[in-house]
Amino acid sequence: MSKDNQILEDLNSKEYEHGWSVNFETDEAPIGLNEDIIRWISTKKEEPSWLLDWRLKAFKIWQGMTEPTWANVNYLKMDLQALRYYSAPKQSKKAKNINEVDPELIAIYERLGISLNEQKRLQGIAIDVVLDSVSVATTFKETLGKLGIVFCSFSEAVKEHPELIQKYLGSVVPMTDNYYAALNAAVFSDGSFCYIPKGVRCPMELSTYFRINAANTGQFERTLIVADDSSYVSYLEGCTAPQRDENQLHAAVVEIYAGAHAEVKYSTVQNWFPGDKDGKGGIYNFVTKRGICAGDHSKISWTQVETGSAVTWKYPSCILKGDYSIGEFYSVAVTNNYQQADTGTKMIHIGKNTKSRIVSKGISAGKSQNSYRGQVQVMKRAHNARNFSQCDSLLMGNQCGAHTFPYIDIANPSAKVEHEATTSKIGEDQIFYCNQRGIATEDAVALIVNGYAKEVLNQLPMEFAVEAQKLLALTLEGSVG
Amino acid sequence: MLSIKNLHASIEGTPILRGINLEVKAGEVHAIMGPNGSGKSTLASVLAGREEYEVTEGEVLFQGKELLPLSPEDRAREGVFLAFQYPIEIPGVSTTNFLRTALNQVREYRGQEPLDAVKFLSLMKEKMALVEIDQKLLSRSLNEGFSGGEKKRNEIFQMAMLNPVLSILDETDSGLDIDALRIVSNGVNKLKSDTTATIVVTHYQRLLDYIVPDFVHVLYKGRIVKSGTKELALELEEKGYDWIKEEVDSTATV
Ligand SMILES: Nc1ncnc2c1ncn2[C@@H]1O[C@H](COP(=O)(O)OP(=O)(O)O)[C@@H](O)[C@H]1O
Ligand SMILES: [Mg+2]
Repeated sequence: MSKDNQILEDLNSKEYEHGWSVNFETDEAPIGLNEDIIRWISTKKEEPSWLLDWRLKAFKIWQGMTEPTWANVNYLKMDLQALRYYSAPKQSKKAKNINEVDPELIAIYERLGISLNEQKRLQGIAIDVVLDSVSVATTFKETLGKLGIVFCSFSEAVKEHPELIQKYLGSVVPMTDNYYAALNAAVFSDGSFCYIPKGVRCPMELSTYFRINAANTGQFERTLIVADDSSYVSYLEGCTAPQRDENQLHAAVVEIYAGAHAEVKYSTVQNWFPGDKDGKGGIYNFVTKRGICAGDHSKISWTQVETGSAVTWKYPSCILKGDYSIGEFYSVAVTNNYQQADTGTKMIHIGKNTKSRIVSKGISAGKSQNSYRGQVQVMKRAHNARNFSQCDSLLMGNQCGAHTFPYIDIANPSAKVEHEATTSKIGEDQIFYCNQRGIATEDAVALIVNGYAKEVLNQLPMEFAVEAQKLLALTLEGSVG
Repeated sequence: MLSIKNLHASIEGTPILRGINLEVKAGEVHAIMGPNGSGKSTLASVLAGREEYEVTEGEVLFQGKELLPLSPEDRAREGVFLAFQYPIEIPGVSTTNFLRTALNQVREYRGQEPLDAVKFLSLMKEKMALVEIDQKLLSRSLNEGFSGGEKKRNEIFQMAMLNPVLSILDETDSGLDIDALRIVSNGVNKLKSDTTATIVVTHYQRLLDYIVPDFVHVLYKGRIVKSGTKELALELEEKGYDWIKEEVDSTATV
């Protein structure tokens, strides 16, 4: 096709719009990683001794592990001793509520388009914001508190609800799980915690917003969501980072627990700095996300729109333990320029009559590599397990790659597992058709890509879906001639 | 309104159009007929600005403006509409959403405010009635799984929504049954005015019973080899193209 050469020459991606950082006073741990640093962090956070012991145990385990190499990504290994493991904006005193948060911090978030002022917030979204290592503000706490819902920073939960943390911390993603999960367990600094009591339907979206601000700082947050029997919650996660030449590490852990008849929807719009158009800089996003449908008839849905990061390594998974439990994974992963994404899911069917659904839409442009890696495992006693997987890839230009690695592992003959995969290219005839109706090429690409990703975008809460659509368009700007 | 002068175009080095001359005035309907492969769709595509075709000679004036240097989207915004012989599928994008994007970009180009949802919807309702198209079809993915007739009807619906100055209908009649043909033609006729013009590309006289042309041209081997009034279409229906082919081929070899 005559346009292909042009596509390749026209690669000039839109500058990342959140690429700025702010100087303010911080409380920082010394650079490096050892037991003393972990003690330093734990002391700084005034943690109980059981948590310090837990961290130290994780650190020992981590020391015996090696970085995994099986993912379809190539990157220069980071010197983990050259990172700083804790950085917190210095606040003159501890903020008890949103009105006491340092105005400078509030200004940072305003600049990202996130208002921490409860009156100004879109109705129906409570938000916990994490800057570098610590949570700086949680909104709508009182409103939620009346229903018995706990939504606060992880550190606060350790102090206020130690019994819940002790019960669930590491119960879904054990510290032994993988290299990054072990590292996170040792050095995690903060994150969000949420508990929905029995029978309560959370009346608003709960949201966490992560931003990395400080240089050379790893961000290791932990999110723990516990939905007790017959409860419901929809949780959103958004993220940005400044534009820097060096790569920055982000290794989070998210654990979800769903009791009988409980439902948790977890949505992510990931917009970490992807590196510049020559592949310099960007975030390494090595995240472990897993949920357990512990009770019968429970349901966990992961929806993700992945547009950022230089390297993404991420497999939000469901352990379907309860009978009749349901796991879903809806994903759009876009890569442009030199981005690399290896993402997918694991659905582990343990209970009877469990169902899972996987819809993965990869979009690759530029010189990027985009891999779907998914595992469907049906255990021996999982009678009548059902899985449906749909993995589509859309290619723009001919210097990018799309790869699909499905692993299917069935130990019960009653299982029904379906896998469909397609690969397509954005057609010149589609673009011409749009052009002929007066639609400019950039907008035509956005329209076509959003149409392609629609099944996933439809899973997102309304305001998030609009944001996600804009992000897809931005990420791909300039990728078709 | 449209003035095509000595237009030559080729694809991958093969000349397809070899000197087309055509004058279309406001208010007129021109039919372009001709055997398969004679270059009818190529002419339509070149006018619409498809990049695969290389214009090697000639010029096209549209409302006094040079058309050929304009991008395809700007030609559309200037008022050139092409109803595709083979409409393209766009999965996950509804006709409604597609047209809203298109209409607002056209309006922006013309310095008009975007239409809000309410106004857009009432415009849709009005035009839907014109081509008797079902709302359900408009919320499905554009052209995906549409029958041949639905695709063609949808093209004319889009034309009605975008309100073009020059409409080029490329074999809009193929794939239509008699009822659909009548409905689609009625739609086209209602959209005609003395400030707009229509070029209908067709194989069959049948369509021209409904959309009555002021002029009929026969395209053969990339040239307009015969022009006449609507009676020429009747003659072609009766005698086929062979006599024209022979006429042209014999003079060409002399
Ligand atoms: N993409 C293409 N590559 C090569 N030849 C083409 C291409 N498109 C059209 N042609 C050739 O150009 C000629 C005219 O085609 P077309 O304009 O579609 O004819 P019509 O619409 O009159 O049937 C035919 O010989 C056809 O094979
Ligand atoms: Mg044709």
